[in-house]
Amino acid sequence: MSTPLPSSTHGAASNGRSSGLRLQFSEVEKRYGMRLALRGITLEIKAGECVALVGHNGSGKTTLLKIAAQLTRPSRGKIAFYTGESPVSLDDVKSRVGMVAHHTLLYEELTAEENLIFFAKLFGLADPAGKARQALQPVGLADRASDLVRTFSRGMRQRLSIARALLASPGLLLLDEAGTGLDPEGQEWLGATIERLRDSGCTIVMSTHGRNETQGAVTRAIRLEGGKITHDSGAGGNPKEILVMAAVRDSGEEGPV
Amino acid sequence: MTLTRAAGVILAKELRTEFRSRQLLGTTAVFVLIVIVLFSFTFNPTSDEARRFGPGLLWLAFLFAGSLMLQSSFLREQTNDTLAALRLAPIEPFGIIAGKMAANFLFLLLVEIILLPIFAALYNVAILPVLGQLLTILILGTVGLASTGTVFSAIAAQARLRELLLPLLLLPVLAPVLIASTEATIDVLRDPGQLSRVWLTWLAFLACFDVIFLTAAWMVGEYLLEE
Repeated sequence: MSTPLPSSTHGAASNGRSSGLRLQFSEVEKRYGMRLALRGITLEIKAGECVALVGHNGSGKTTLLKIAAQLTRPSRGKIAFYTGESPVSLDDVKSRVGMVAHHTLLYEELTAEENLIFFAKLFGLADPAGKARQALQPVGLADRASDLVRTFSRGMRQRLSIARALLASPGLLLLDEAGTGLDPEGQEWLGATIERLRDSGCTIVMSTHGRNETQGAVTRAIRLEGGKITHDSGAGGNPKEILVMAAVRDSGEEGPV
Repeated sequence: MTLTRAAGVILAKELRTEFRSRQLLGTTAVFVLIVIVLFSFTFNPTSDEARRFGPGLLWLAFLFAGSLMLQSSFLREQTNDTLAALRLAPIEPFGIIAGKMAANFLFLLLVEIILLPIFAALYNVAILPVLGQLLTILILGTVGLASTGTVFSAIAAQARLRELLLPLLLLPVLAPVLIASTEATIDVLRDPGQLSRVWLTWLAFLACFDVIFLTAAWMVGEYLLEE
């Protein structure tokens, strides 16, 4: 069962600060046992950029996002965050990062509203219940607020997961295949939301594959292969060529990249 | 966010999900009941033997129950990778562990308190005159069980053969808690009505174990939850 999205897409992230974070990866390497997932990534992502990471399965996209979210530490090299020219401590960064991961990161035994209230409390937001209600509206789940997440369809869970990521009005939004499970209407809504977040100054880094509605907001595309950056359209460059190339290369693949 | 506040938020979530799903409490209570009844049938102790051996059997049953209950403490967070969601939050990693420890402590204590009268009836042991002392032992022993078990549950959840690993890690480490709790309980049942030095010594031992283990967990909390 699916709940229709409201025609207005406003509100998902328009309820707070929007100063984006600048990220600086320096010679970042990540090793899982004998396997190198990332090989010496040096990359700067400017505040307000909307970066699409493309590449095959196992190319290192998810690992790069996890390092940016501080879910995992680099084996070598470092990552730094800045607001303007001022460095932001790693402890402070967490309160400014929102992430949509492969999994929904939601509790099945809690209702949609309880999930959001729980995370709002963990992020120390004022009026968690109010914030939760406000976040449910733009994702079209306001009328399902009291339903347990385990009764939701994949698309509804994904929309709730996006609402969770946007709850604290992040300055850095990390999206790992965020469009997974969304119907065309949901994809369109997500694309419009990303575009608005980008326009408000939020830095967005997303892994994506194939052609989808979220790519309209992309200002820069980076292709990863074997844990290395092979193509980068650069800040202010044209990402279309890399995105089209990725769509063509990935069209033969199945499943998430 | 302060450590206690974060732990409180996680504790509230744990209580809500458990009382909604009732997965752990019911299973663990039934498990302990079966173990106590089986021990009772197997040994068929006299009144004197029950006072001597009953506490050991009781704490052994609590220990098994703990390893059963604590197994799922972090395994539950693997559904939908909710542990990652907790780690994304701007809170001290020990806040996550402390919240879960507090929840596990309450769940275990609840099971123990429910089953204590059944133990007393089956083993013909008078617990009412020493209820206060028994509760003190239960609280200190359960803090040891819950804190140690939660830490090892976090470690085991990320490993292969996790179902086997937790009891293998946990039971040897909990031997001091088992011995101290058992000895303190035996002493209380032997001399109801007076606080003996032996009882106080074992309580002090339990309190030291709890403090040391909680401090260690606080110091390594950040690394326990890493991938």
